Amino acid sequence: MMLAPARFALGLAVSAAALLALVAWSFTVGRFAVSPHDVANVLWSSLLGEESGLARNVDAIVLQVRAPRVAAALAVGAALAAAGAAYQNLFKNPLVSPDILGVSAGCSLGAGLAVLLSLSITMMQAFAFVGGLVAVGLVVAIGTWIRGRDPILTLVLTGVVVGSLFGAGVALVKYVADPYNQLPAITFWLLGSFTGALPRDLPVTLVPIAAGVALIWLLRWRIDVLALSDDEARTLGIDVRQLRFVVIVAATLITASAVALAGTIGWVGLLVPHAARLVTGAAFARVLPLSLVLGAGFMLAVDTACRTLFATEIPPGVVTAFVGTPVFIALLALTFRRSA
Amino acid sequence: MTLATRALAYGFPSRTVGRDVDLAFPEGEIVCLLGPNGGGKTTLLRTLLGLLAPLAGEVTLDGKPLGAWPARDRATRLAYVPQAAESYFDFSLAEMVEMGRTAHRGIFATPGPLDRKIAREGLARLGIERLADRPIHGVSGGERQLALIARALATQASHLLMDEPTASLDFANQSLILDEVARLRASGAAILFTTHHPDHALRIADRVILLRGGAVLAEGETFATLNSENLSALYGRPIDVAEAVSPDGSRRRTCIARESPRLN
Repeated sequence: MMLAPARFALGLAVSAAALLALVAWSFTVGRFAVSPHDVANVLWSSLLGEESGLARNVDAIVLQVRAPRVAAALAVGAALAAAGAAYQNLFKNPLVSPDILGVSAGCSLGAGLAVLLSLSITMMQAFAFVGGLVAVGLVVAIGTWIRGRDPILTLVLTGVVVGSLFGAGVALVKYVADPYNQLPAITFWLLGSFTGALPRDLPVTLVPIAAGVALIWLLRWRIDVLALSDDEARTLGIDVRQLRFVVIVAATLITASAVALAGTIGWVGLLVPHAARLVTGAAFARVLPLSLVLGAGFMLAVDTACRTLFATEIPPGVVTAFVGTPVFIALLALTFRRSA
Repeated sequence: MTLATRALAYGFPSRTVGRDVDLAFPEGEIVCLLGPNGGGKTTLLRTLLGLLAPLAGEVTLDGKPLGAWPARDRATRLAYVPQAAESYFDFSLAEMVEMGRTAHRGIFATPGPLDRKIAREGLARLGIERLADRPIHGVSGGERQLALIARALATQASHLLMDEPTASLDFANQSLILDEVARLRASGAAILFTTHHPDHALRIADRVILLRGGAVLAEGETFATLNSENLSALYGRPIDVAEAVSPDGSRRRTCIARESPRLN
């Protein structure tokens, strides 16, 4: 049997190579096929700041349409997977995710309110962040207050309840939204979509995602200790409450930025880190990089399929759910049957 | 360095478990905390670790109240060995033991060569170095418990506090844990462990503390304290202490619960 570090190196190498191939392929396919040679040409000349000498529309497709969309899918996939990995350690449970803990619903309500108020993307992000933080804060506070015999089950159930409360808030926002302008925007965005990814929005999203990921990467060893029981973590010298707060803020910032860019896309944050952990063991220093690469690849594959499979685009959230549900059930069976 | 309590009342803000507890745990001694369920063993242990604040009186380490110690300094002096849980994330044994080094390192640190070396030494001292790279789910319950003890050694603490290290283990693994804990006496650390088996105390403890209803019923040298009278009072049932002679001629004391007729 291979040791975990060796499996990590192999897993990272294979998934990074697959990711590169996927990026290359994603640039070429679509309503308007572009040859790989032309894609390379356009990207290379844009990097050097030269004219590619190809037709204008080829330039436009590659640089204005596909590049931002590919970048957005990569960033959102990586972000959701990283946040999911952090939440799973934080709650000592490999089956939690931003959507289960009500974070996504909180972000949705915040972002929906921002649409209702016709605010900018930066404000939308701030609203989504605050909404997500309020939701996860409520879940943690209620879970601590109840202090059940099974704290994790309490937490997950609380997450479901708080999530549905915020879902009702989203429904209210939709109800009062202007049916010609705002409602389609909200609905469309709730299903998740990368069509709205504009080049000028990308930096606003990428910077907070990168900052959040950098923070949890720096804390990677401490995050391992958080996966132990609170008593163990405290006697190992960790200020559990403070560290948990910092990690929740970082993971919620990452989730909120992803949600503000592409809407709510479920399952990535649950399945990807779980898969990474199966490959490489629980050490966060290995789970995080592998989750970033796998999450980016998974999301790009899903979005590319969404825009090429049918004549009309389908929302990526629908595809992740179709893939995610059976995989999740399989994971549940694997996890609980073994312990039974 | 001595861990001690003075006129300690411990428990939870809503419920006092015990009061007027005066104990001392100097280095180089194995002490066993015995008592019936709900007697306050785990609560007292958690108070000694600083996980619960004293309700009155104080817990001191080296003469200074526990609460006045910075968390990291405390963590490098008092180590906690929990009961091995099933639900751990899939760390390798080496990674689990390296976590004993967190208090020695900064907030953004990762384990360095020295931490790895100390972790390996901890595993080696408990005879499980060969399992270092195995995932924690891939070893037996006894080996998992040994890894948690190795993690406590990696903290280089002067006091190791173990909460029922032999619970939920089979007979052979209980024996394995007891032998390894007894071997740690040579390290000069103070070891405090709780158990439901007086036989475990008779086997390895230098001193016992009997806890009933939160209060110290008796305390002292193991063989002198664990007599029929004290044990019967502790558990509320008649218990005898007998001496067993093994086929190889070695003698060992053991507890036997006397059969008592049903009253109804």
